[in-house]
Amino acid sequence: MRKRLAPYLLIVPGGVWLALFFLVPLLVMLSVSTQTGNIEDGFSQTFHFQNYVDGIKQYAPQLLRSLEYGTIATLAALLIAYPMAYWIAFYGGRNKSTFLLLLLLPFFVSFVVRTLSWEFLLADQGIILGPLKDLGVLPNDFHVLATPFAVICGLTYNFLPFMALPLYVGLERLDRRVVEAAQDLYASKTEVFRKVILPLSMPGVLAGVMLTFIPASADFINASILGGPSTTMIGNIIQTLFLNNFDYPLASALGFVVMAVLLLAMFLYARRVGTDELKEFTT
Amino acid sequence: MSEFDLNKALEKDLITRRELLRTAGRGAGAFSLAAFLTACGVGGTKGKEVTDEQAASIWDNATKNGVLSFANWPLYIDQKKVNGKVIHPSLDRFEKDTGIEVTYKEPVNENETFFSTIQPSLAAGKPTGYDIVVLTNGATLSKMIRLNYLTPLEHSYLKNFEQYAAPKYKDPSYDPGNEYTVPWQSGITGIGYNPKLTGREITSFNDLLDPEFKGKVGMFGDTLDLPNFAMAGMGVNPETSTPDDWTAAADMLTKQRDDGIVRQYYQQNYIKALSSGDVWLTMAWSGDVFQAQNSGSPDLKFVVPDEGGILWTDNMCIPAHAENPVDAITMMDYVYQPEIAAIIADWVWYITPVPAAQEIIANDLKDKAVAESPLVFPTEEMYNSTYRYRVLTTEEEQEWNATFEPIYQS
Repeated sequence: MRKRLAPYLLIVPGGVWLALFFLVPLLVMLSVSTQTGNIEDGFSQTFHFQNYVDGIKQYAPQLLRSLEYGTIATLAALLIAYPMAYWIAFYGGRNKSTFLLLLLLPFFVSFVVRTLSWEFLLADQGIILGPLKDLGVLPNDFHVLATPFAVICGLTYNFLPFMALPLYVGLERLDRRVVEAAQDLYASKTEVFRKVILPLSMPGVLAGVMLTFIPASADFINASILGGPSTTMIGNIIQTLFLNNFDYPLASALGFVVMAVLLLAMFLYARRVGTDELKEFTT
Repeated sequence: MSEFDLNKALEKDLITRRELLRTAGRGAGAFSLAAFLTACGVGGTKGKEVTDEQAASIWDNATKNGVLSFANWPLYIDQKKVNGKVIHPSLDRFEKDTGIEVTYKEPVNENETFFSTIQPSLAAGKPTGYDIVVLTNGATLSKMIRLNYLTPLEHSYLKNFEQYAAPKYKDPSYDPGNEYTVPWQSGITGIGYNPKLTGREITSFNDLLDPEFKGKVGMFGDTLDLPNFAMAGMGVNPETSTPDDWTAAADMLTKQRDDGIVRQYYQQNYIKALSSGDVWLTMAWSGDVFQAQNSGSPDLKFVVPDEGGILWTDNMCIPAHAENPVDAITMMDYVYQPEIAAIIADWVWYITPVPAAQEIIANDLKDKAVAESPLVFPTEEMYNSTYRYRVLTTEEEQEWNATFEPIYQS
């Protein structure tokens, strides 16, 4: 009897946690998303699905932009993090943990402060652009802040560890005997990487892409600090709707649209890469 | 790693996968139904209507508690550094004179966002933790009045206000009879510019649209100053504007943005951009430009455009259910004494509602620059060329926001 109960008991803490702090709020939001009204008279359930249509119609550009920025930032993070993780896993030697600590070090500083320091670095007359302008290398009205480039840089930088850590774990666990076997069979270095290491590290890539793409696409801090009027992301819109306009239904509806789009994107991606590899990675 | 254990359990067939899913599904189903039912309908957040008698009883039963919590905007009261510690001389005098200890905080950076932090307490009928808050006349303040989130003022406590406040600052359209608010300071929204960079004097709103200044113009990213100022620029009185005027103003601003004239839509940080030359001319608040002139950017100028500027007022008010209303209203009246008003105005450089402060600043504080500045004591002519914000109803506000937000959030 106890044996049969044990597995359920094990999922109780996590299950209760998820139910209380994820499922319930999610359902409340779902309910709010089809309500109508205003903050003064209250909101009532009218099953007004038009909220979704309005939200998508009105904010499609920001939604698409968020996906675009999220995708670019994820790819950039992958390109930066893969060699880094590879190097630590294969050549880190005794100092592996030191390198990992260095990778995590920025996490000890608040997200907002890190982004604000980027604003400082990239300012028009800041420590990078200022001297370059004085030397005449750059035209006087050149600026980085308030451009998509600045926002994507911020996103890439802030979410890099989310990419690097799963990649590292994936590469680290890779069975070295397989690599040796490939070498014994006269595979060239490129072939070893392309045909053995890369495919075997795909679960890490998949996990890293998920962990980076989802928060990066829904982020609003980077756009509000580093961006300008035409780099608004969907996160900023939802924030304004919630905190400035008190338009809870439209904000909730948009929240669900974002969630659905991200889930769909991840689903398609996972299908392509293959979930079997992911499972292999977790056990 | 409970996941791992679960996998093991599944492998050993202690429970079948289907069984687990079914049980989990049932649990979730029960949960979701309950949650869904309770969630259907978010109650109105309107506070209870306060009748005159109830309002009177608030004051009848209230006594001086000797403490007071004051929420203001950053750098909006006189301060001095003594032994490396920042003190507020006017507040120290208040504490000495009345025996009320003031906790002074600066949490207000934006009306809406600040409101959203105190709104849950107000909706729940609980004290917000602040006895005085300072809010700009505008949508947020009007909303708070409509929602009964403010304590009606008992005017028998406001002797100094009655005596010293300029007639202009009494009985405003956003709060008839000063039922809920008295002014803290006022300011004018106009254009700040650096004549060295623009190469000419700025006189008109249309200068903000001039392609000659492409990429060098700053505008405000808000739904208060940006729309109202733009309408004034079009020659429309914002206070009596119609939705058609709003659309026309939004079209003009959108074109200005799409033509690449606007460098950025700023919040409080525009003054830094103006001082550093990122922008040459920008929408600006009078006091900020005056402060910048006196702290390292003497070249900057402020002008109320020919078409007109916006006169706004930041108001002191007492949130509903405040714990120390008597202490709060004592403070609200205290700052209307000309000496105190002078101390504050001489530091913040905004428009004081107490005209008698001018003489004290000139003679006692010996600060001619401030006493003679039209930005602190505007001339009648300057007042005549300003408009007030449009007062919006709830329905209008939704349309207003939908019209103007896409300009700076696109």
